[in-house]
Amino acid sequence: MPAEPSIDTPRHLFEAYERLAAGPTRPIAGGTDVMVAITGELGPIPKRMLDLSRIEELRGISLEDGSLVLGARTTYTEIRRSALCREHLPALVEAAATIGAAQIQNRGTLGGNIANASPAGDTLPILLAADAVILVGGQRGEREVPADDFFISYRKTALAPDELILHVRFPLPRGRELRFRKVGTRRAQAISKVVMALAWEDFGSTGWTNVRVALGSVAATPIRAHATEAVLDGAHPTPEVADRAAETLAGELQPIDDVRSTADYRRMVSARILHRLLRDAGGW
Amino acid sequence: MPTRTLTPGGGVTERALVIDPGQRIPGRAAGFPLRREGPAKLTGVAKYTDDLVFPGAWYGITIRSTEARAKLIAIEPDPDVDWSKVVIATAADIPGDNIVASIKDDQPVLVPIGGEIRHHAEPVALLAAPDRETLRRLKGRIKLVTEPLRPVFDPEQSEHVFAHYDVKAGDLALGFAGADLIVEGTYRVGHQEQLYIENNAMIAVPGEDGGIIIHGSLQCPYYVHTALKRALRLTPVQARVIQEETGGGFGGKEEYPSMIALHASLLALKAKRPVRMIYDRHEDISATTKRHPAIVRHRTGVTKDGLLVAQDIEVVMDGGAYCTLTPVVLSRGVLHAGGPYRCPNVRLRGRATRTNTPPNGAFRGFGAPQTEFAAEMQLNRIAERLGMSPAELRRRNVYRLSDTTPTGQVLKESVAGEEVLEQALGASHFERIRERTAREASERRGAGIVPPDPLRSHDRRTANGIGLALAWHGAGFTGSGEVYLASVASVELTADGRLRVLTANTEMGQGTKTVFPQMVANELGVPVDWVEYAPQDTAEVLDSGPTVASRTVMVVGGLVILAARKLKAEVEARHAGVPFHEAFRDDARANGATRIDQQFEPYPGVEFDDATYTGDAYPAFGWAAAVASVEVDLDTAEVFVRDVIAVDDVGKVIHPILCEGQVEGGTLQAVGYATIEEMKLHDGKYLNDRLATYLIPTALDAPHIRAILVEAPFSGAPHGAKGVGELPMDVAAPAVVAAIHDATGVWIHELPATPERILAAMHEPGLIGVMERPS
Ligand SMILES: Cc1cc2nc3c(=O)[nH]c(=O)nc-3n(C[C@H](O)[C@H](O)[C@H](O)COP(=O)(O)OP(=O)(O)OC[C@H]3O[C@@H](n4cnc5c(N)ncnc54)[C@H](O)[C@@H]3O)c2cc1C
Repeated sequence: MPAEPSIDTPRHLFEAYERLAAGPTRPIAGGTDVMVAITGELGPIPKRMLDLSRIEELRGISLEDGSLVLGARTTYTEIRRSALCREHLPALVEAAATIGAAQIQNRGTLGGNIANASPAGDTLPILLAADAVILVGGQRGEREVPADDFFISYRKTALAPDELILHVRFPLPRGRELRFRKVGTRRAQAISKVVMALAWEDFGSTGWTNVRVALGSVAATPIRAHATEAVLDGAHPTPEVADRAAETLAGELQPIDDVRSTADYRRMVSARILHRLLRDAGGW
Repeated sequence: MPTRTLTPGGGVTERALVIDPGQRIPGRAAGFPLRREGPAKLTGVAKYTDDLVFPGAWYGITIRSTEARAKLIAIEPDPDVDWSKVVIATAADIPGDNIVASIKDDQPVLVPIGGEIRHHAEPVALLAAPDRETLRRLKGRIKLVTEPLRPVFDPEQSEHVFAHYDVKAGDLALGFAGADLIVEGTYRVGHQEQLYIENNAMIAVPGEDGGIIIHGSLQCPYYVHTALKRALRLTPVQARVIQEETGGGFGGKEEYPSMIALHASLLALKAKRPVRMIYDRHEDISATTKRHPAIVRHRTGVTKDGLLVAQDIEVVMDGGAYCTLTPVVLSRGVLHAGGPYRCPNVRLRGRATRTNTPPNGAFRGFGAPQTEFAAEMQLNRIAERLGMSPAELRRRNVYRLSDTTPTGQVLKESVAGEEVLEQALGASHFERIRERTAREASERRGAGIVPPDPLRSHDRRTANGIGLALAWHGAGFTGSGEVYLASVASVELTADGRLRVLTANTEMGQGTKTVFPQMVANELGVPVDWVEYAPQDTAEVLDSGPTVASRTVMVVGGLVILAARKLKAEVEARHAGVPFHEAFRDDARANGATRIDQQFEPYPGVEFDDATYTGDAYPAFGWAAAVASVEVDLDTAEVFVRDVIAVDDVGKVIHPILCEGQVEGGTLQAVGYATIEEMKLHDGKYLNDRLATYLIPTALDAPHIRAILVEAPFSGAPHGAKGVGELPMDVAAPAVVAAIHDATGVWIHELPATPERILAAMHEPGLIGVMERPS
């Protein structure tokens, strides 16, 4: 067992902010990413850690001004059990149910998934598709970062080292639909080969608006497929549109071969599951 | 004895064994002992090697190569580090031969200076320290100075051949000349990791006599014993090996534990204290042996009635960097390569070569799953070409009594290929379901079977398929293996009136500790609790051979029964008229201990010539059929194996629940092999060498498995048993791949049949063209 880092377990945010301001400190929430990295010796072992498990300010699921707000420490199990999430953001509930298995869902948190910023993080395409806003804070103050601006490059985020993720706000525009699809290697405990979220608003004759096509595991960060979104914006999900969107997506993505899958498969399956979601939406 | 099938309500009267895992029959276990070590495992008190405490023990680690091939020039510990508080061991510290004793003397314990590093995870030096933190800190401070050499990764390009075989029967040219149809095919299988739950673990304790005591997780105490004697120059008494509770092996703890035991011993001798060598999962996957990858080429001639008239088969196996057990794996692979089918004109060629990848070794099935996958694929493709049902083609060719195999072995008894085939077809309603899946396929749009465009979803979400496979598995060691081994197993009445079974055969989850006492108690007419199972400690038990090759119940179990019978006869002879169970305690008081050491004697009428590779390759064969039903997602080509009917002829069922457990576990391991277990390599290094990346099926991925056990007894063994461990591993993978074909219309020629391969096959050719042209 590697050397144990020193661990602080504050009860209040301001205390946590102080610790973070004092020098390099690694937050730990559920630990399902941090601990894997430590025991697997996948990088330098943090010298100081900040255990977030006692900070109540980071918990809770609520409806605020037409948005669904989830504390950073919300676990996947809490999401799955939440009536508010089921009612207002069922796609997130669906995603939570695909993450790891029961043990991971009991410990793993939304904030951890976001801060960890793996390109395969399963909730991240939902954040992108839902125009979620991430509230971060530290001694220097609090600020809101749109999910779109959060994931900068491979595992690099807009979060400063002295900041914490506090909560995530999901706007709930009327008439917005959101779909989720994950493709993994097996039925549980599987990191995504491709994960997709599709959102749109539909007010009838004018076609779809505010279309979002967001994907994970196909680039260095979770991404939006802007060219594909452009094909779908103002259109109806007809077979022709679906074909065009799928082809555009296949052309737009530049996934890679890695230990989990191949570039060809990722590109083709991304197109096919988008096509499937459009087919389901169009009802043909 | 006639063949018997054990199915629910099968009307079996003689000691009814009712076996349907889906059915919860109260008291189903009645009459059969519970697992000996079960309660300790369930309650967590069972002690695995890493649970054992040795006061003052240090921790040991292995410094490995990071190159696939290089010359070792020097080992340079960082001069800025104080090395006096730790122990470093290198090849220079080996008192005996720098060899891990196995079939060939090619694998060093540690690469010597000037020696050749042959794979990426090759042990070069050892380091021991009082705590793991020190090890973690220091392990990067030992520099290996090397000179790179050109590695070889392609087994077909390699010029170093570990073993080769050439088996011929009949006249191949004549056979092909008489064929109405000739079908060719090339099939490939990749590495597979055994993935026992407990990682490799060894603790070496220096003995007072200058020797070493090993406590470890291992399958074969005497393999380790032999390795210690050779490399450490120890006498048989100075080397002592004790198997501790072992959390799975599957062949993975057959040969590699010798290496780890030697490493721990070298450090323990130098540090003059116990040393713990406990692998973590990452090290275990990256360094220890895997199933051999193979390339199998078939050329088959058949008549229009579907009779096989010529089989020309070439097997190439990738042995990895060292020989290990490769020749024996290859031999079994080659001998099973034709599948369980009669064919008058056959040529089976095989070679195994060296590559600069970690050595491959034993894994459940031992070469047969590789070649039988190819054989079944080939048969399915022939059936397709003939427009014949795969069941009917097998029915016409499967071995029957009195048929002759390519080695000239006449199948004189215990032939149940037909039986398992018909049972599997009946239980699965194979033909009826195949008609239905064919109808569904023709109803699907486009090409009839698959979505027409690679970038589109299909109007159906999923497709169902059903697939069949048939296999045989030579029981026990190949050829003269058992004769050379000359195993000894013992049953003892101790001076204080206890009954003990003494063998070197290990429990690793399969049930040895339960069934041996059960068989002995049965012979002696005493309750099973009265029979003890002596520990697998080389200081206590004789060498009854390794726990491998599905031989434990069949071969050693047979010896144990014979020993028990002799013990009973001796004791009863001394107490005229009094049955053993009443007489044995008095007998012990009066006469002291009686111990029967039963040595293996060749099975009558079983003869094999190693020089010409002719004769009885195996004393008998086990027979297996599997029918798999799959659902394939047509968008993603993900395969869900819904259920598998597995019919296995094991000769004689000793313990129905444990036996079923073997069939279920072997089937699931084969489903993983068929669908998702894929070892990816780059420059000879495993890329997915962690549990996060080497994926095996979870409980959610496991199909419903229905095990049907058939008994076609082998007369050479007193109980008729032929072994069960490996048989189910041979058959489920080709059944799954056949089912994938039934669902999608594509043949996947390479295991595992991943969604990547299936989707690519569904849209070949022109896939890339479409993909790279954004509209
Ligand atoms: C077996 C297994 C299966 C898994 N399966 C999946 C899966 O299917 N899909 C998936 O997406 N992920 C999966 N994961 C990854 C992991 O569970 C998720 O990413 C999870 O959401 C991480 O949350 P956590 O609370 O455990 O994070 P932690 O490990 O505690 O932290 C992760 C990172 O985030 C930082 N951090 C945590 N909270 C905050 C905060 N409030 N503010 C700032 N930084 C913070 C930490 O410093 C760390 O860098 C799996 C992990 C394991 C071990």
